Amino acid sequence: MSKTLFDKVWDAHVVRKIEGGPDVLFIDRHLIHEVTSPVAFLGLKSRGIKVLYPNRTFATADHNTPTINQHLPVADPLSANQLKALESNSNEYGISYWGLGHQKNGIVHVVGPEYGITQPGATIVCGDSHTSTHGAFGAIAFGIGTSEVEMVLATQCIMQPKPKKMRININGKLGVGVTPKDVALFIISQLTTSGATGYFVEYAGDVFENMSMEGRMTVCNLSIEMGARGGMIAPDETTINYVKGREFTPKGDAWDKALAYYKTLKTDADAVFDKELTFDGSSIEPMITYGTNPGMGMGISHDIPDAAHAEGGAATYAKSLGYMGFHEGDAMIGKPVDFVFVGSCTNGRIEDFRAFTSLVKGKHKADNVTAWLVPGSHIVEAQIKEEGLLDILTEAGFELRQPGCSACLAMNDDKVPAGKYAVSTSNRNFEGRQGPGSRTMLASPLVAAAAAVTGKVTDPRTLIEELV
Amino acid sequence: MAYDKFNILTSTAVPLPIENIDTDQIIPARFLKATERVGFGDNLFRDWRYNPDNTPKKDFVLNNAIYSGKILVGGKNFGSGSSREHAAWAIYDYGFRCVVSSFFADIFRNNCLNIGVLPVQVSQKFAEKVFASIHADPKTELEVDLPAQTITLLSTGEKETFEISPYKKDNMINGFDDIDYLQSIKPEIEEFAANLPL
Repeated sequence: MSKTLFDKVWDAHVVRKIEGGPDVLFIDRHLIHEVTSPVAFLGLKSRGIKVLYPNRTFATADHNTPTINQHLPVADPLSANQLKALESNSNEYGISYWGLGHQKNGIVHVVGPEYGITQPGATIVCGDSHTSTHGAFGAIAFGIGTSEVEMVLATQCIMQPKPKKMRININGKLGVGVTPKDVALFIISQLTTSGATGYFVEYAGDVFENMSMEGRMTVCNLSIEMGARGGMIAPDETTINYVKGREFTPKGDAWDKALAYYKTLKTDADAVFDKELTFDGSSIEPMITYGTNPGMGMGISHDIPDAAHAEGGAATYAKSLGYMGFHEGDAMIGKPVDFVFVGSCTNGRIEDFRAFTSLVKGKHKADNVTAWLVPGSHIVEAQIKEEGLLDILTEAGFELRQPGCSACLAMNDDKVPAGKYAVSTSNRNFEGRQGPGSRTMLASPLVAAAAAVTGKVTDPRTLIEELV
Repeated sequence: MAYDKFNILTSTAVPLPIENIDTDQIIPARFLKATERVGFGDNLFRDWRYNPDNTPKKDFVLNNAIYSGKILVGGKNFGSGSSREHAAWAIYDYGFRCVVSSFFADIFRNNCLNIGVLPVQVSQKFAEKVFASIHADPKTELEVDLPAQTITLLSTGEKETFEISPYKKDNMINGFDDIDYLQSIKPEIEEFAANLPL
């Protein structure tokens, strides 16, 4: 029977099917961080069970960590306590631990791929909804709750009903200034924040085929923002070239065997999806959000839609715009910007910093803007320096911080103050996401760069044309 | 972690007719720093419930004494966003045992089922009736019958069935969790692991 890519990977990991219930799914790789794991370890302790396969779990500290002075003790006692718990639990159960100060420390969804923990055809989970990022490699990867973290530690399995399947096809040439982030925000704006709930998505078409792994990770990362458990892209030469030779990637004969397996990982020609959608890539503009969920996005040159054209009821819509201090019919261009955040598991990779730097080069940070540039890992940080980007950024008035989740969810001190506006390359514009009362506009690194140098929402294409 | 068994729940309900309530609203990230599962109910809907100076916001439903009960009725697409199980813990810890909505986000629904909060998905029409009934009379009671998979608006007798897998239903009625089950099939898991393709 014909199978989709998703079917192939899922079916290869089903330990047991329960009649009228979920599948017991084997998990190849498990990533943990300090926020969603401590209670899972407490559960193990109270039940008196060990971690079944400690070499399949990898721990990194990221959500809580400061992004300056990482060599100093963490000042917030609660954060420090949580980081300490991750370290002691990892040590007690024999799990690789990449804590603050470790060379491999960084955002869990950035370091996983960098070290080859992420592989095509694997099942990968983490107590974090943006685990969908790893689907860029043709893996089934999704976020889980803490009860499931405990399950995976104890038994390397979780119990899940098999989701429905959706394919999103986008062909055509992307316009100038249109990045993978814009493609993802465009899709979410079309589907709404719940449009793919219950589905696992496969992204197909030449727009995705032509993307780098970094771009594919940005797209798959945002799958959860339309409700999908995850998204995936069939592995190809781009994938294999990225994976090959990394620390945890198979070597020698095992690599040859893996390579042969990776080549089977694609949707059969006549396989059927529960839902299939097609969009034209050339119609996508640089995007920005205007409301308080990622589905409330639009082309940057447009006006904020009125309630009749927006998702959700009128009351919810009014609450959202009220929170943002925006009105129906407002243009987004020219809106004030107080903060710019470049980073997160969505846009904290080297390509994102290349894009940001390309636009701010020869310009200067606007005086009214506070900019936080936070690399996703030490590898990204080192690349920024080696490629000379840091010099350009410094010249333009920007500073680089140290790796971590930072202002994406503001668990550390990187908080946008109440009422202030941030253009952010992260993934969520929920009320208070970047600090209590903060107002977030999600966008690409190019839109963030345009905001950072002009001090207001600006179409990056106007600045790119200036450069050309 | 052990949780209360669920059979038939008859209770008044707290209405929250807002759509797309994400888990950052249910419990903001800055309250996720505990290493034990205690006290999350205090911060349930923190920023909707309290002013920055920690005084209660009078217009928020949890601060309005006329609404109470073990059932929370939310707008469409309840629990979207972050996978934080802390959101479900906060709801449980506050005292809710059931959340009713016309649509649930996937991970949140799963988390609820794993910790003893029953997610009851109803039609949009039924949800609207529930909101209207509570609005008209905050003492309106709902009966959630898990064995029969029905939810009844007791004031009018209107009833809907809801879906839950037989496996999860059995778990919630008996207070079991998935680890109990997975532990029982460990030899099968180990054999599977030994025969993986890669």
